[in-house]
Amino acid sequence: MIGGMDAQSLISISLMKIHNSRTQRGGIKLHKNLLVSYVLRNARQVYIKEKYAEIYRMQQYEEVMTVCNEIQELNPLDLDAEEADEEERSRGEESSVCGAALQRGAAQPAALCRTGSAVSGCCPLEDVGKDPEPSYYRSCCMEAPPAAPCDPFTGSGGAHCNKTTVLDLDTHVVTTVENGFLHQDCCCAPTGQSAAKKRKVEFGCCVSDLDDVPDFTRKRAKREDCSFSDYTDTSNISNLISIFGSGFSGLLSRQADLEQICSKQALASLGAWTRAIVAF
Amino acid sequence: MLSPIQVLCSDITTLSLEPEPFASYTEADIISTVEFNHTGELLATGDKGGRVVIFQREPESKTEPFSQGEYNVYSTFQSHEPEFDYLKSLEIEEKINKIRWLPQQNAAHFLLSTNDKTIKLWKVSERDKRPEGYNLKDEEGRIKDISTVTSLQVPVLKPMDLMVEVSPRRVFANAHTYHVNSISVNSDYETYMSADDLRINLWHLDITDRSFNIVDIKPVNMEDLTEVITAAEFHPHHCNLFVYSSSKGTLRLCDMREAALCDKHSKLFEEPEDPSARSFFSEIISSVSDVKFSHSGRYLLTRDYLTAKVWDLNMESKPLETYQVHDYLRSKLCSLYENDCIFDKFECAWNGSDSVIMTGAYNNFFRMFDRNTKRDVTLEASRESSKPRAVLKPRRVCAAGGKRRKDDISVDSLDFTKKILHTAWHPTENIIAIAATNNLYIFQDKLNSEMH
Repeated sequence: MIGGMDAQSLISISLMKIHNSRTQRGGIKLHKNLLVSYVLRNARQVYIKEKYAEIYRMQQYEEVMTVCNEIQELNPLDLDAEEADEEERSRGEESSVCGAALQRGAAQPAALCRTGSAVSGCCPLEDVGKDPEPSYYRSCCMEAPPAAPCDPFTGSGGAHCNKTTVLDLDTHVVTTVENGFLHQDCCCAPTGQSAAKKRKVEFGCCVSDLDDVPDFTRKRAKREDCSFSDYTDTSNISNLISIFGSGFSGLLSRQADLEQICSKQALASLGAWTRAIVAF
Repeated sequence: MLSPIQVLCSDITTLSLEPEPFASYTEADIISTVEFNHTGELLATGDKGGRVVIFQREPESKTEPFSQGEYNVYSTFQSHEPEFDYLKSLEIEEKINKIRWLPQQNAAHFLLSTNDKTIKLWKVSERDKRPEGYNLKDEEGRIKDISTVTSLQVPVLKPMDLMVEVSPRRVFANAHTYHVNSISVNSDYETYMSADDLRINLWHLDITDRSFNIVDIKPVNMEDLTEVITAAEFHPHHCNLFVYSSSKGTLRLCDMREAALCDKHSKLFEEPEDPSARSFFSEIISSVSDVKFSHSGRYLLTRDYLTAKVWDLNMESKPLETYQVHDYLRSKLCSLYENDCIFDKFECAWNGSDSVIMTGAYNNFFRMFDRNTKRDVTLEASRESSKPRAVLKPRRVCAAGGKRRKDDISVDSLDFTKKILHTAWHPTENIIAIAATNNLYIFQDKLNSEMH
């Protein structure tokens, strides 16, 4: 993400340029279209990585969910905030499994996020627009709640799955939530807000999350809706791609590094994205 | 050695050639190429409308020995017309992409001009005498009635007002499938080459129905295309050597003695990419938009979107010098991509002694870099700052929000529609020609007119 523009916008703009070049006076400019296809490929790679980070987090969530459930069956939930510290210490061992799983979960999306950033030449995040709905970024608090509220990145020590500190990135309000479930932050949104949301995904994907149980179904449904609306966009773009037909298969060789991280199944599902376009 | 900053700031004469200060211009008036001839006496410009305008330098005035000659319009002609390729249903633009002068061998001047597809050789000659006293024709050219002819006379040449005649001598057509971006005359004065996106052809100046393909980078499968040719030039002294640049930022030096088809390069000049500077637009900003041999033939000057680089022919691994032309644009690449400015192809130029390089930028700014003193200057080609005999003031671009001196311009205030893509430097003197959209500015240094 660079200069406030995310991968998806760049993809749309690039495709529009290619489309417009077909009607340009003097015929299609091969050089310009080749350069545009490079931008398209770069944006696609970032977009794919973001998608995979999401998928990976979901996988991690399920994994950690299973582990946390097992732990909770062993130890009843203690909802008293004042005993948090003692319980941390006493639960140190039990929660370390959970914490380790969380850490694993945190580490790899972080790696993906950073790779994505390196490719896109990230500028510091900026707020382009405010979404009407609040965006919450839950951080699994590795320390006592009074720890710095502006730092949602926590990655050291054992984690306790029954207590969360929630940082609202819009209002910078820190609240403590007692719960025992891992939550995937909703990284999708109706199209209008997709730009702002996507940036926050990149910021938040380094963090592993917990959530309220009752919120879970609602948020999951929201995520599925978002995915659908995302796919509608991508399918429109895919249609545009198929209109042009030809592509630069030479540019596909860069996919090798992605395959190391993600499964080939996921890759195949995004097959429509694997062609850069030049109409000729 | 000449110091451009001192010289140009001390006394600059400007000879702007657009009469109307606020005249609106059509797109056809946009200048698309500028080129001095080998002596610097003539300056040719081509525009998007397919016209060529040639300026000639007035000889030095005897009454004012220190005033240098000014450039005035010498000739104007329509070089190329818009065409239509019926087979491909494509319109072929008449825009003149490049003009190259041939070295002068007799009283006439010859130049090559090219659009996207066709190269033409033009003869520019002067006529200042005309024959008078024909026996069979009268003064208006009408055939005389023979019965009125009583005596015979020998026609004589009488002086007349100078007339410049331009005629097309050769048309080199149908040799390029892709868009021609460069032409270059060989030092043998017999051949020249034309380069399009994927191929380079070698022509003989006298033969129009045949050309030899010397470089072909078209892949068997177009889907495997990864780079195109962006510029090409012959070595100034060695008629067997030429260089071409690619969209990947590489330069290839080729020797025509090695093989008929020079796909295999003799030398490859490439600077490894800095992985920490990677962005969405890395490929675009590394594409070389222009390449020029130094007059000595020892160095190469290349221009990509943000930098100008000097390469030593003996060192392929990295450039000798890198000059940041407008690095403040690096954080704006996204918006420059949106408005297509990132695809602008800036040209570059050497001065006569190869000590100073020049290139254009936005906001009608152009920059000069002294290779020896490492000093650089930013100047503006605009009406306001370029009254005749005015001195050009150095300009400065400051980062947005940074410390601002008076007359500094902020990055956010730059006008990206005012771009200086085409510049030319007189072969021997400190005279430069700057094309700013539809205006041509000619600046000269009065104090140090000769190169040291």
